[in-house]
Amino acid sequence: MDINTPFFKARASEALQDANLQQALGNLKQGFPHKRAIAVERMPEFDALRDQGRDLKNHILEHLDLYLEQFESRVTENGGHVHWARTGEDANQIILDICQQVNAKTVTKGKSMVSEETGLNDYLEKNGIQPVETDLGEYILQLRGDHPSHIIAPAIHLNLEDVSEAFHEHHHKPKSDDPVTLMQEAREALREKFVVADVGITGANFCVAETGSTIIVTNEGNGDLTQTLPKTHIVITSIEKVVPTLEDMTLFLRLLARSATGQEFTVYNTLSSGPRREGDQDGPDNFHVVLVDNGRSEMVGSQFQEMLRCIRCSACMNHCPVYGAVGGHSYGWVYPGPMGSVLTPKMIGIEKGAALPNASTFCGKCESVCPVRIPLPKLMRHWREDEFSKHLTPKAARYGLGSWAFLAKRPTLYKQFTRLSSWGLKLLANSPFGGKKGTLESIPLAGGWTDFRNMPAPQGDTFMQQWKQRQNAAQTDGESS
Amino acid sequence: MSQQHTPQTASPNVGLFITCLADMFRPSIGFATVKLLEQTGCRVSVPEQQTCCGQPAYNTGDRRTSAEIARMTIDAFAGYEYLVAPSGSCVGMIKYYPELFDAEDPYQQQAQALADRSYEITSFLFDVIGIEALQQQLQQLTIPRTVTYHDSCSGLRQLGIKQQPRELLKQINGLQIEEMTEAETCCGFGGTFCVKYPEISNRMVSNKSEFINGSGADTLVGGDLGCLLNMAGKLQRLGKDNPDTLVEARHVVEILADMLDTPGIGEQDVRRLQAASSSADLSADLSADFALGTELKSSAAQSETTR
Repeated sequence: MDINTPFFKARASEALQDANLQQALGNLKQGFPHKRAIAVERMPEFDALRDQGRDLKNHILEHLDLYLEQFESRVTENGGHVHWARTGEDANQIILDICQQVNAKTVTKGKSMVSEETGLNDYLEKNGIQPVETDLGEYILQLRGDHPSHIIAPAIHLNLEDVSEAFHEHHHKPKSDDPVTLMQEAREALREKFVVADVGITGANFCVAETGSTIIVTNEGNGDLTQTLPKTHIVITSIEKVVPTLEDMTLFLRLLARSATGQEFTVYNTLSSGPRREGDQDGPDNFHVVLVDNGRSEMVGSQFQEMLRCIRCSACMNHCPVYGAVGGHSYGWVYPGPMGSVLTPKMIGIEKGAALPNASTFCGKCESVCPVRIPLPKLMRHWREDEFSKHLTPKAARYGLGSWAFLAKRPTLYKQFTRLSSWGLKLLANSPFGGKKGTLESIPLAGGWTDFRNMPAPQGDTFMQQWKQRQNAAQTDGESS
Repeated sequence: MSQQHTPQTASPNVGLFITCLADMFRPSIGFATVKLLEQTGCRVSVPEQQTCCGQPAYNTGDRRTSAEIARMTIDAFAGYEYLVAPSGSCVGMIKYYPELFDAEDPYQQQAQALADRSYEITSFLFDVIGIEALQQQLQQLTIPRTVTYHDSCSGLRQLGIKQQPRELLKQINGLQIEEMTEAETCCGFGGTFCVKYPEISNRMVSNKSEFINGSGADTLVGGDLGCLLNMAGKLQRLGKDNPDTLVEARHVVEILADMLDTPGIGEQDVRRLQAASSSADLSADLSADFALGTELKSSAAQSETTR
């Protein structure tokens, strides 16, 4: 997937003008947050569960190596294989090798953000293997040559008409705008793919160390068909997904469904524990797990470690007013919203990713809904510190901050400056720049503000000036009486 | 979350942190804060060595500058039992001060001590002083307005300010609170965010304006001047052609201190308008400004006499 993060501002600007997208985002905003609120209200112990989730994740991250090793040995004991991929390219290569060993022509895929991260689909296609996305949203995107704009509702940026058009073009059937008819069309098209696929690739929401199981949660059942029908099942997932026990997994499942969609539980929760055993009615002959690092082990022990608690529920983006305004594609890479603003710079470098941690008002809503209490604004601030210390902050901002800091550290000078500025702004308010109601309609060098709103003019002298006058007057009164 | 402190003395010695926006744009917020503090028996001083809380540097990633400013603020407020500011955002920044120093730095402890005794004004009045101290004064007021309260992000999520301003406002006769849709959603100001990403910020404040206008309130009230400047500026731009229906924006302390003789945020003083209509030249306008300053001083002096 191309990295378009450096163009965040331009893409956001386009997104704001896109009426279709804005309508779709409006639906998102009214949907998930509302459902989450109801689900949370129904569960008084939700906040206590969040604490447990945070603490458990912290414990896992402290002992990540041990749990991963335990997971690997259990998978091996179950007859599966674990592959370690340091980079995204490594992961793609490993998966291609497995596919080539079984002479795969087509692979079906259940939703996996990690495979988006590694650019797996393009890689397989380039090497003559046809990947077919089976999650309805991802299937639509694949037909359109598009990418997910949300981590659990990948096609949230599209409207019914977009889907109708894509299906009409690819399914060669009469155009329909009935969702049920469209879903049926997709179903029929996908059934054929499921049956002929040589390999099924899924992600994993969690990897259970005590049993060597991986689990995916879906609401469509496509994951089940992806991982049981083909002879080979490959799980591509990342190292921080490991949890110690099945019991621990259930804690996260409760947090995940409620935070993501406001469901008590996801419709399908499917565990895979190795290849088909003797007597099993279905299941793959070969079972592989590809554990992707791609920069995550560097985050362990760093100031970004807390980000590895993320369980990919999307609550942060569902509630983020910035995501709600510009949509996921503006973020220019795999992970959008507040979680993406922390994760993306780690994976593509702060040089390319700096726009994202800056695209936040630090309103804190994301942190307040995070099921594992990741301090997202704090982590975004760490990126800004990194940007600042590497001198990547735009020159104008750096210069502006420098001049302001020079004054802010010198109270006497600062007072003279505020006095002058307040006087200058008042003059401006009364000049042709001024509005009729005591506000400024345009200020030189502050177009960003006045393009869209007035700037209220200062009331009069600064408070400090007036306070001093009041103190002096009180003193004189005291002396004269 | 705000801690429950009990004042050590009957008349707590409070240092007012004025905030740079209030200092420059709306001194009446400072005088209203002083009036409220004095009404509840506090002794109020304004330390001269203060400038800004340092948030612009902190949020830009310049820790060194924010630490230098923090040190200056810590020194300036060293002698006061409390630091009180008419802004949840600036107090929120002061709560970050301890993070700016290493454990062995002597300023670390002082930063923690200052953070522990720093309060946003409505939280100070409600959580520390107690509503009883102000109840009588507030109940004597009659302000026939319908207000809608915007919960600013730092105050709400960092300091837990939600009920305090509302409980105080409820004491006033004739004043009604109409909650807007999404009162807790960010207005899009975000300090430098509104200049870094003006178009996104515009979308956010446009949404907010719809909610404000939809509430049916005649007055928008909040506890942070940054957000209020943003929302008032947008409301005025949108209501350009129909100024009569404009929702007036005010800091909550201006209402609680009954200092409503000054125009709403970004609105012109009627007296200045009259002065301007009698003489169109600039000097008349400026002398009207001067008159406004005098007016403010006299209302501040009045607050002294009512004490």
